[in-house]
Amino acid sequence: MERKIRVLVAKPGLDGHDRGAKVIARALRDDGMEVIYTGLRQTPEQIAQAAVQEDADVVALSILSGAHNHLFPRVIELLKEKGADDVLVIGGGVIPEADYDSLKSKGIAAIFGPGTPTKATIDFIRENLKRK
Amino acid sequence: MNTPKAGGAASARPLAERVLAGEQRAVARLISGLEDGDPAAVGEMRSLRGRAGRAHLIGITGPPGSGKSTLTDKLIGVLRARGARVGVLAVDPSSPFTGGAILGDRLRMQGHATDEGVFIRSLASRGRLGGLSRATQAAARVLDAAGYDYVVIETVGVGQSEVDIVKIADTVVLVSVPGLGDDIQVIKAGIMEIGDVFVVNKSDREGSDRVVREIRGMLETAAALKRAALPEPVDTLSGRGAAGLGAAGLGAATGPGLPGAGQGRQAPAPLSGEALSHHLTESANSVKLADDSGLPPVLKTVAETGEGVKELVDAILAHRAGLAASGALEARRLEGIRAEMRALIAFRLLDALEGGAGRAREDALSRAVLGGDADVYGASEELFSSIAKGEAK
Repeated sequence: MERKIRVLVAKPGLDGHDRGAKVIARALRDDGMEVIYTGLRQTPEQIAQAAVQEDADVVALSILSGAHNHLFPRVIELLKEKGADDVLVIGGGVIPEADYDSLKSKGIAAIFGPGTPTKATIDFIRENLKRK
Repeated sequence: MNTPKAGGAASARPLAERVLAGEQRAVARLISGLEDGDPAAVGEMRSLRGRAGRAHLIGITGPPGSGKSTLTDKLIGVLRARGARVGVLAVDPSSPFTGGAILGDRLRMQGHATDEGVFIRSLASRGRLGGLSRATQAAARVLDAAGYDYVVIETVGVGQSEVDIVKIADTVVLVSVPGLGDDIQVIKAGIMEIGDVFVVNKSDREGSDRVVREIRGMLETAAALKRAALPEPVDTLSGRGAAGLGAAGLGAATGPGLPGAGQGRQAPAPLSGEALSHHLTESANSVKLADDSGLPPVLKTVAETGEGVKELVDAILAHRAGLAASGALEARRLEGIRAEMRALIAFRLLDALEGGAGRAREDALSRAVLGGDADVYGASEELFSSIAKGEAK
């Protein structure tokens, strides 16, 4: 049995629009990954706990509300606390490019803005998994 | 399967030891390893032998959209309120084309996501038919060993014949909903035989009373036929059920409408079907069943609001108490272990078929059949013996 890549797709924060997250979930599924879809309005605590229990290789965060500078790093912190810092964390949604560097310095491996081809996300995941 | 050497985990402390200490990350990693068929993970299971068996394994099954996940969410709430620790295994289908999956059951249970007494794990079916994933049974054992008092196993949304849950769970809850119309008749033949507790969810909808009546009618007919058949040797009719299903698959199930339902599930023990069903009723009555007929309870719930869920939990616990009191629990679990071993052997054969050499041989033989140079029975025989030889090395 080959090892499956497991991706947790979550939307932290309060916005109520998850079409983008669903498109990504579907694209990853079609690439053969197992996608755990946790839906809207997740707290960083919920996301980190789910990532541990689901043994996710990747956490893909999508956000449109503008609270990314607070919520994304918080997820990273909590994963670290739980000993799960080998999880690849990526982000997407509406995030100003000016914030990219700061988010990356806090551990978000990559940010995929609107219009990113899904293949770019898939390739990035396959090439950058932190676990073997 | 040859048991690889125990250990093999990268971390300083063996994974199994961390599982026994209840460490969530270790539980999660071990389940992944088992799902992937990682020999190191398989080896860890040796250290867990004898450490599981305490938890009550509850199966939740029913058609897609019947509310299994929402019901599970509410069950967790009631069990937590009673101080129990709850593990959940939620199975969703893998794509037969890409092997990918969208696992969305957790979405309905996020209210418990930060509760340390709850462990929710989504599993993709990975080509296993029957409503479960390859390693569901092993994953349940891991949660059991990690100290969860209840392990709720939610199957994929089922149709007519996905009855594997019956081989795993102590108590099978079959969820129906109003509005399936004539489809309910269709469902009855296969899946309706495996319920220990029947639930009509979304019962605030029109037609729920009719569904309850139909299920009760089906159960009563089954019981009447069983009574009529009692002078006959019990094991050919009433003694079947879980045992028969587990040992030989659905083919061994009793005929249409015959007593496979509910009480029929006890193993072919010395007790006659009726004596055991009487016993079950006796023990269960102390907690309260839906009715006093000795038939499996048929309950109405509205999972969305939680209506009827406490009663459902009581019925589930009463069922398990009855099994334990009668000794049927052990027979059921024995049957589960047999089924698991069979499944492991079957998967091993499948994996051998899908490996490079097996695939090539299969391809060549398929072409021979298509071209008229071989017949499919002869080709299968050849393929099977080539795999068997490979396995023997």
